[in-house]
Amino acid sequence: MSELDTKHPLDFDAPRFSIKQPAVRSDEQGHLSDTERVERAMKAFARDMNSTVAAYLESCVHCGQCAQACHFYVTSQDPRHTPIWKIEPFKQAWKREAGPFAWLTRTFNLKPAVTADQLREWQELLYDSCTMCGRCSMVCPMGIDIAALVGLARHAMFEAGLIPHELWAVAERAEREGSPLGATPAVLKERVEWLEDEHEVEIPLDKPTAEVMVTLSSIEIMKYPVSIVALARVMKHAGYDWTLRSDGYEATNFGLLSGNLEWQKDLSLRLIRAAVACQAKLLVLPECGHAYGALRWQGANMYGQPLPFEVLHITEFLARAMREGKLQTQGMKGSVTYHDPCQVSRRGGATQAAREVLAGLRADLREMPQAGDANWCCGGGGGVVTLHRADEHRRRAFSIKVKQVEQTGADQLVTSCSNCRLSFDDGQAHYHWDRKMGSLLETVAEHLQDASAARG
Amino acid sequence: MSLLEFARGPALTVSLLVFFIGTAWRLWAVLRRPRKTDHSAPRRSDTVTGGLRAIWQRMLPRSAYERIGMTGTINAYAYHIGIAVIVFAFAPHIGFIERLTGLSWAALPDGVTYVATAFAIVGLVFALATRLTDDVQRLLSNFDDYFTWLVTMLPIVTGMALIEQSYVPATPMVAPATPNPTLLAVHLLSLELMLIWFPFGKLAHAALVFVSRYRTGVEFTRKGAAL
Ligand code: SF4
Ligand code: SF4
Repeated sequence: MSELDTKHPLDFDAPRFSIKQPAVRSDEQGHLSDTERVERAMKAFARDMNSTVAAYLESCVHCGQCAQACHFYVTSQDPRHTPIWKIEPFKQAWKREAGPFAWLTRTFNLKPAVTADQLREWQELLYDSCTMCGRCSMVCPMGIDIAALVGLARHAMFEAGLIPHELWAVAERAEREGSPLGATPAVLKERVEWLEDEHEVEIPLDKPTAEVMVTLSSIEIMKYPVSIVALARVMKHAGYDWTLRSDGYEATNFGLLSGNLEWQKDLSLRLIRAAVACQAKLLVLPECGHAYGALRWQGANMYGQPLPFEVLHITEFLARAMREGKLQTQGMKGSVTYHDPCQVSRRGGATQAAREVLAGLRADLREMPQAGDANWCCGGGGGVVTLHRADEHRRRAFSIKVKQVEQTGADQLVTSCSNCRLSFDDGQAHYHWDRKMGSLLETVAEHLQDASAARG
Repeated sequence: MSLLEFARGPALTVSLLVFFIGTAWRLWAVLRRPRKTDHSAPRRSDTVTGGLRAIWQRMLPRSAYERIGMTGTINAYAYHIGIAVIVFAFAPHIGFIERLTGLSWAALPDGVTYVATAFAIVGLVFALATRLTDDVQRLLSNFDDYFTWLVTMLPIVTGMALIEQSYVPATPMVAPATPNPTLLAVHLLSLELMLIWFPFGKLAHAALVFVSRYRTGVEFTRKGAAL
């Protein structure tokens, strides 16, 4: 058996695998004056200002309905956690600087100019208190996509050098090393060798050409490596010509989460170029929510043209393989409930894929009271799970999830996002909750008809 | 020039001009901005239908989201429908629109309008009470919210005063044939104030709602996501 790299040990047991708590927080980046910070923020926001965003900023009727949709507001009852309030400085700036009656607003000083202190205050609202889950966007009677506005506001905050310490650190590391959690190509290679050895599976790495290029989340590489084994088993069973690529494997995109468009683009381009290099017809994204949003829906825009290959989330891929009769599975015993990762279901449009997979496993699916597109977020998305100062707040929001899951009475829980799993692991430890979140991919692999043979 | 002549003449002309030009300008300020091109492979192509569906669906209560307050939703129905009936189904108002545009249609019985008025008033009062007492709405609210409430309420109140003044017990609920000129002028002026305010404040949501819902409908449908 090969040795594990001691510099990057596996972290199976930590309830939350993430960035160490900084001894001294530094939630501002760069040496900029307050005026410069505001100017940069506004310039970035203006750059994003298209017709749809303008319509959103003009339309809010201050009805407050979005508050009740947000897990952070519902569990804190703090009106500042009202989704649209998280955008307030940008609404204010729009009205004053660029809106249809900006000249009137400025002349009569109807809205004050945005200040750096205001942006500092909003850091906690835009990062710690929003997972960009888009639940609020579903209930707004004006049809405002508030989650999308938060994404744009994050661009502005990044430009202003006003993002939380941990998120900046992971995003910067992802840009520099290719992975936010230290899963460098060397670590990946070593991990793959170890897994092949330990689990007697073949995990092709860096094949020069392959029909399918599969990508991973560094959370899987570092904390849930069994997922990679599950993946290899499924691919072998279905008979795909596939590969992992050390020049493009990390599907998480902390450029997107932190608000740095350049980094977001760099990270997406690595995957795109690797897929082009191995002439893949299909790129499969891992069990990760925001990776899906980043590549499936934003990747081509980063590339500046349509992608020359298809992009599927692993749940869509599994559903298709089942539909095509490529996966022979045994029926699943006991009941199960499925937690929808927001970026795959509500925001990604792939809500039915996981249900199709579970139906293929003949699972006794017990849906949560608000499942599918209306599902409550785990509270850890959008980079929130990396922020130590948000722990209490995030765990409080997670309590909704505990209640939802308990209402189903299901024996098992599965999801298809390793970041959600991380939030569940942490919530489970915090609440001493007698539940463990599992992976849909691993569940499928365990139920392959030859799985026991493969394991033996 | 009497007050009524002023209200019927220059004030009406100016308010209608502000209303139309201002609203067009506000919409233009939104629509003239660039549209983003999306290179991602769409999951669905019926995006126009999706946009129209979103306009319709966001009008309905969202039953999948149980916490979303039904009281607020029902109340919004009450005053929106109430106001629509007052404006478009009350005989004197249809007459007013006909004089301006030449277009007319059948009115609902006056009694229906009076019931609608009650709904509108109760609804608006309830909406204001919520705005003043609910922590979330109070935080979100600004001058626009309160002033808009006022300019919406004024024409209703002055209109009621106009009817009340000519109330004859023998023929209850009959709109005045010869209304008191001062009251009529005040009623018209209150309407004109609302028309002037319309483009600047949140009343413009009556036009903007179609843009924001449609755009969201298009984007979500493209992704195959629920509306
Ligand atoms: S996107 Fe989700 S977390 Fe963010 S404000 Fe909306 S409901 Fe809350
Ligand atoms: S639900 Fe929509 S219109 Fe109402 S306050 Fe929130 S963003 Fe504004």
